[in-house]
Amino acid sequence: MATFLKFLFHSRNELETGGRSSLPVQEDASEPEKVCPNCHLSIPLSRLWANDNTCTCGFHFRMSALQRIAFIADEDTFSEMFSDVSTRDPIQFPGYQKKLEMTRISSKEDEAVICGTVRIGGVECCIFVMEQYFMMGSMGTAVGERITRTFEYASEHKLPVVGFTVSGGARMQEGLFSLMQMAKTSGAVKRHSDLGLFYLVVLTDPTTGGVTASFAMEGDVILAEPGATVGFAGARVIEQTTRKTLPRGFQTAEFLLDHGFVDAIAPRNIQKNMIAELLKLHTTGEEDEQ
Amino acid sequence: MSSNTAYEKVKIARSNKRPTAVDYIDHLLTDFIELHGDRRFSDDGAIVGGIARLNGRPITVVGIEKGRNTKERMQHSFGSPNPEGYRKALRLMKQAEKFHRPLLCLVDTSGAYCGIGAEERGQGQAIAENLMEMMTLKVPVISIVIGEGGSGGALALCVADRVWMLENAIYSVISPEGCASILWKDSAKAAEAAENLKLTAQDSLSNGLIEKVIPEETLGEETFYESLKNQLISEYEILAGLELPDLLEQRYQRFRRIGCFETIDE
Repeated sequence: MATFLKFLFHSRNELETGGRSSLPVQEDASEPEKVCPNCHLSIPLSRLWANDNTCTCGFHFRMSALQRIAFIADEDTFSEMFSDVSTRDPIQFPGYQKKLEMTRISSKEDEAVICGTVRIGGVECCIFVMEQYFMMGSMGTAVGERITRTFEYASEHKLPVVGFTVSGGARMQEGLFSLMQMAKTSGAVKRHSDLGLFYLVVLTDPTTGGVTASFAMEGDVILAEPGATVGFAGARVIEQTTRKTLPRGFQTAEFLLDHGFVDAIAPRNIQKNMIAELLKLHTTGEEDEQ
Repeated sequence: MSSNTAYEKVKIARSNKRPTAVDYIDHLLTDFIELHGDRRFSDDGAIVGGIARLNGRPITVVGIEKGRNTKERMQHSFGSPNPEGYRKALRLMKQAEKFHRPLLCLVDTSGAYCGIGAEERGQGQAIAENLMEMMTLKVPVISIVIGEGGSGGALALCVADRVWMLENAIYSVISPEGCASILWKDSAKAAEAAENLKLTAQDSLSNGLIEKVIPEETLGEETFYESLKNQLISEYEILAGLELPDLLEQRYQRFRRIGCFETIDE
């Protein structure tokens, strides 16, 4: 825990750490070592994965959606839903079809979110996990539709929803259609909420733009991973428009905690237990018996 | 309809010669009493709201105001609301719900305010809360994009039963300049981006994302306001005729059906 606290003290905002692009990418499985951007130690991949993709200094590396599901789900309980929903390029944006095809090949995913049902600590729930390697987790019509269906399924089956966000915002290649997904998903979250059902969201690095301004901020409980960049407007844009130096740690998870927009920081070594406990606190007694 | 290119429309939509929200309030409504503050932090000048009468009946109006000259523009944060602006808007919406007044939103913003304080006070959370709460607001809601409909900052007042746009208004997920600089690293390609983003009122209508385009031939003249006022009166009448569950279900479905996706049968 002491090393983890040390990390918290050194939490930096996106610009201080050199921007998003400098963060290590997890694509090349053959690469034997990763350099931690926080403490600069080289970590063998196998040790990194054994340690839930965190460095001993407390730095949390990003996870792919599938890694995330393996990390959080009780073994063999995840069942994917709505994977057949895909976008149709609603405004025929130049180059978008091609980009989608390329991304599908490089990411081995078909969209920027994976949804389904799962058990976490024995509690059945719906889950959505956004995928950073698919166009930076941007929300287009397919992402909006999958997340909306997840909440509607959860409403119908009286299930809680656990969500992991990572997103650059609305997907501009789908124009106004993608902006409308913010309202659509928010409507589904509201209906789920009005039924007295529980929605827990975990903000992971980075959660920004239209996703921050919709379902990422609508959880009954909002957790965030240590050091994650979370904000609405981009740090660089704010710096350029205001011509002011951003405060230390601006738009980090810890910054949001300080300002009252996050319930708690959830480091990975205790994250699954935190989520499971919170889910159990929102179930009725009989479900606890299972 | 006009034959301006998309980027020409962007420029017209941004023109400081256009009527702003307070002009619409002055001409469409009577007995306007402005109400200030979000009761949490401060009073955001970018949002102008209060109670007035439409054709003699009480109505709540919330508008994003850009200001008509430099001094006013400063006072109104150039029409870019801070979180307290969206919270002030939500407070007035909830007040409308309590007293069964219909709601009129006038939207004209390049986007939510971009600044350190806005992030510290939860710009994302403020917008998200409006999206959720407007979806189930128990009164008829009509939103009109009168100039710029800039991204989430505009959507936060557009979760409505009817969304109308002025003929030269725009409604977009991102500014054409922003889009060009991200995609092509060249903000000079904004005209091309504007074309591709399908952000004009006519595009929005043909894409089924709004219900009506308001012609601008007589923009700012008494006949313009008179006609718009009559359209509002009859539309609120139609919405008032719906049972509450139907009103809310139709509003939910209005957004629920938006999506151009396909499902592959496996």
